[in-house]
Amino acid sequence: MNLHEYQARSLLKQAGIPVPDGEVASTPDQVEAIARQLGVPVVVKAQVHAGGRGKAGGVKLADDPTKAREHGEAILGMAIKGLLVEKVLVVPAAEIASESYLGLILDREQQRPVFMVSAEGGIDIEEVAASTPEKITRLAVDPRYGLLPHQAMSLAFGLYSDFKQVRAAAKIIGQLYDVFMTNGASLVEINPLVTTPSGEVLALDAKMSLDDNILDRRPDLAALRDLSAEDPSEVEARNAGLSFIKLEGNVGCVVNGAGLAMATMDLVKYYGGDPANFLDIGGSSSPEKVINALRIITRDPAVKAILFNIFGGITRTDDVANGIVVATRELQVSLPIVIRLTGTNETEAIRILDGAGMTALSDMDQAVERVVQLAQEAA
Amino acid sequence: MSIWIGESTRLIVQGITGREGSFHARQMLEYGTNLVAGVTPGKGGKVFHETVPVFNTVAKAIRETGANTSVIYVPAALAAGAIYEAADAGIELIVCITEGVPVIDMTRVMPFILEKGVRLIGPNCPGLITPGSAKVGIIPGSICLPGPVGLVSRSGTLTYEVVHHLTRASIGQSTCVGIGGDPIIGTNFIDVLRAFEEDPSTEAIVMLGEIGGTDEQHAAEFVQAEVTKPVVGFVAGQTAPKGRRMGHAGAIISGSSGTAEEKMTAFEQAGITVMKRPVDVVDLVRARMARTV
Repeated sequence: MNLHEYQARSLLKQAGIPVPDGEVASTPDQVEAIARQLGVPVVVKAQVHAGGRGKAGGVKLADDPTKAREHGEAILGMAIKGLLVEKVLVVPAAEIASESYLGLILDREQQRPVFMVSAEGGIDIEEVAASTPEKITRLAVDPRYGLLPHQAMSLAFGLYSDFKQVRAAAKIIGQLYDVFMTNGASLVEINPLVTTPSGEVLALDAKMSLDDNILDRRPDLAALRDLSAEDPSEVEARNAGLSFIKLEGNVGCVVNGAGLAMATMDLVKYYGGDPANFLDIGGSSSPEKVINALRIITRDPAVKAILFNIFGGITRTDDVANGIVVATRELQVSLPIVIRLTGTNETEAIRILDGAGMTALSDMDQAVERVVQLAQEAA
Repeated sequence: MSIWIGESTRLIVQGITGREGSFHARQMLEYGTNLVAGVTPGKGGKVFHETVPVFNTVAKAIRETGANTSVIYVPAALAAGAIYEAADAGIELIVCITEGVPVIDMTRVMPFILEKGVRLIGPNCPGLITPGSAKVGIIPGSICLPGPVGLVSRSGTLTYEVVHHLTRASIGQSTCVGIGGDPIIGTNFIDVLRAFEEDPSTEAIVMLGEIGGTDEQHAAEFVQAEVTKPVVGFVAGQTAPKGRRMGHAGAIISGSSGTAEEKMTAFEQAGITVMKRPVDVVDLVRARMARTV
């Protein structure tokens, strides 16, 4: 789960990291009021889950509160990479002497949190990483011992020559590690970490992604989820215990298991079709899950035919068959449906479908070819 | 012969009294697995399915039954604790089926496991099966057949699909291992490939990967350098949109390293025959095995 900048900076602030004042606004009036209260100049920053906000015109400097209001009017409601801006963060414009980069990610290969630190921070950090990777220092932290003091210091010495700033940065690096571990993050990033002309070290912008698996034990973090930043059908799917991602094609897919769901989409493409979605009904199935899946898929007007591809293991195919029968009746689905069922309780499943006048195929390729053909005929 | 599980397996189920644990314990028993005990704290002294004693702790289960393998079905919040307990008590092979284990937990579990010299498979995996001999996890026994093909996969139901095709074509399997799709897992492709390479009963290997991470690329390098047996591979997620989570936390395409295309290219360059569809496994395995005879 991605956090907005204002949410991430509040978690950093709680951990003691120096973050400039700032407030969130959702109307131009609020932007103006915050600018008056903070004192100008201020920066108005779009809060969306997308990088490259500045280059898209979503970050603007204002020298007076009226100008801040105008920026608020322009930015609120704009779309950045297809995402609607509903909130802006208003912060005092900081005077910047230098920009560094501080990142902490969970590295799959090393199976540890790994720091990435560079004295050359700012909006071109990816360019720095690509063309001069030697300018990025990496350090893997052993979570049994945490970040050791000398490790934090050595990273900080790579950023600054002034010892006061080195100490300040080392403290921030330690606090960043704590934020990462206590909140179950998969990524925390301060970019830029700036020094001011008076020598202060400040976190000016923050990005943070959380591991979805931590949210069950941390309702306070789960509450930070911004539902308006997501596709409504994906929100509905998550609430129903389904994993769903909307795509552009016209073949609706209902599959059990993420790997098989991806392989099914690939096969739809292989036979000349285009998948309308990724949908994994998960391991343990219930008829309700199937009904919810069908409801979400049939709401997409682009869908011309629907494929069920179920390989019963823990999933009982008779549960799915029951779900299909009930759902098609309840939702009055008029689209063609192709069903492929095999595995646990398959004989019972076929009997249930037969009783409702439906047939099931047992071969995946056959089913995919058929549904692609039906979708093309209906298109 | 097989890898990691077989006739010498003495299995315990952690979470045997839970809904998932009891269902699958029964399936493993029916398959003929040597299930010697269950563990659920607070349920010690009970008997599962009239034959399997339940203990409060893994240590006690080992003392009483000589168990050497554990399979974990406890809820996500308790999974890391269950792994620590099994490793601490002296279990040699731990298979964690539980889905949704926080990655932060795994960053602490892994150094512990390595220090103890224990093999962990998973979490968030279907486990493994040696057809005709032992099943540890949730892979349906009915679709498997004993034989010469070793299979390793990051996914669950896609594994079943491919095994199903092999079995229908009378191509049996030595052992099928589902390593799981999470970002941090105990056993990776290379560990399994090495074991299959050393296993005399495995004559060919099928490897099922998916988008996200660089495990498949490393595995390809390993195959090129160290594996003499024929390998057939598949990568799921060719049509997946970039940067989107596809149900497996690990399946996030990061930068340029992680696309299906890149992985398939790495496979081909390493001499791994790439399947375009799951059904292709039959012809490709036959062809590669014929060439090595």
